[in-house]
Amino acid sequence: MDFNTTSNSPDETIEFGRRLGSQLKGGEVIAVCGPLGSGKTHLIKGIAAGAGAKDRRDVNSPTFVIVNEYAGRFDIYHIDAYRLNSVSEFEMLGFDDFCYPESVVLIEWADKIESALQAIDYIRIELEHAGETKRKIHVESKSA
Amino acid sequence: MQDKSINILGIETSCDETAAAVVADGKIVKSSVIASQTKLHEKYGGVVPELASRAHIEKIYPVIAEAIAQANVVRDDIDAIAVANQPGLTIALIVGVTAAKTLSFTWNKPLIAINHLHAHLQSAMLSEDNPQLPAVALIVSGGHTCLYDYRSSLEPLLLGSTIDDAAGEAFDKVATILKLPYPGGPSIEKAAEKGNPDAIKFPRSMLGRDSLDFSFSGIKTAVLYYCRGQNMKGQNKVDSMSEQQIADIAASFQAAVVDVLVKKTKRAADKIGANTILLGGGVAANNQLRTRLQQMCDSDVPPKKLLIAPKQYCTDNAVMVASLAYYKFKAGLFAELTLEPKATG
Repeated sequence: MDFNTTSNSPDETIEFGRRLGSQLKGGEVIAVCGPLGSGKTHLIKGIAAGAGAKDRRDVNSPTFVIVNEYAGRFDIYHIDAYRLNSVSEFEMLGFDDFCYPESVVLIEWADKIESALQAIDYIRIELEHAGETKRKIHVESKSA
Repeated sequence: MQDKSINILGIETSCDETAAAVVADGKIVKSSVIASQTKLHEKYGGVVPELASRAHIEKIYPVIAEAIAQANVVRDDIDAIAVANQPGLTIALIVGVTAAKTLSFTWNKPLIAINHLHAHLQSAMLSEDNPQLPAVALIVSGGHTCLYDYRSSLEPLLLGSTIDDAAGEAFDKVATILKLPYPGGPSIEKAAEKGNPDAIKFPRSMLGRDSLDFSFSGIKTAVLYYCRGQNMKGQNKVDSMSEQQIADIAASFQAAVVDVLVKKTKRAADKIGANTILLGGGVAANNQLRTRLQQMCDSDVPPKKLLIAPKQYCTDNAVMVASLAYYKFKAGLFAELTLEPKATG
């Protein structure tokens, strides 16, 4: 998988995420990268909804609390690496424990800890500002 | 000497603070110990889980011992052990929960499980004996922005919450954009003192006429675009801005966030017919928010009563945990030793 798309609004970003989330089979790790305000939380809101999270409103930014957990078709772990300063901090969160066949792990600010993902397969999504509400989205499969 | 009051030891480890407190009868604070990690965090620019989790483990027993010593009580004087077990970061919560369960088991004292957010509401009730209920309670912090229908300590009903960023998170991220020091809330407030709150019209996201939910990600992005240009290709203008320009952005941003918080609180109060407003959480320390809420309450007919958590109990603390636990103790609501931390609340 390797493709580009664009979103013209936060709603479109959520809808793209929802379609992606509905395709998940469990066991996936999705690394979401991109600068402040590029739509990472909106995208993950959509993915979680597509993966069956019951109330989309519950999916909000875990910047302060670091990890949100939602129940859906899978156990959904929503991690935010914004405040993490090293890969070892990420690993100490229990990242390995979050990854199992019935879970989906969604990581915001994943570029900060990407070297921790070297040994696993994951989906990498990069968001880029392209206008006031327009965003470029690049999706890519990464193999161990 | 016989002490007939109910003493509860409260423990709080849901995010970055390790805290313990002894409170008698839900009101009388006998001790409050917070192993504040702010100095550590300042160095690293945020809540750092490795440090936070490690620090919780290192500090939990010294903090509890200090709380008991400062309260001048002994083990036999303590009637129950209370702990915040949700919501929060699981690896942080588990430290407090494990300590509380261990003490409950070895000291043979009942265990009480507390919702961290409900405890924040309790902070606003500390100085008031019989407020007129129902109240609308607003909890604003780095991790949460919630409105509650508050009819009793035990069963606050969630009316609305943020669908993206919490208000405190927006303060922190805007401080980062403006290159102001951590923690962002106090930095923005200080910079805003000299600024014009009407200088820039940042968006107020109300999410529709009836919504009691919040959204603060749009205003964060609006500040970013103001500083960097709409496609983010422009130069970051922050470095070349005058102190006055930074102050104007900070003041305009703060005014927009406070506007939304005050309007939604008023909307919630009108909806449930509340004449009392409770305010708690770390952002409750913001003077602009306090002033504007007070103005809103004073101008209403009849005037509403605003109860604000004392500043030392706005941020995470264990007094609020021990205080709320008193009401659960009286109602016989105890937890089992199988109690586990829960990320969501």
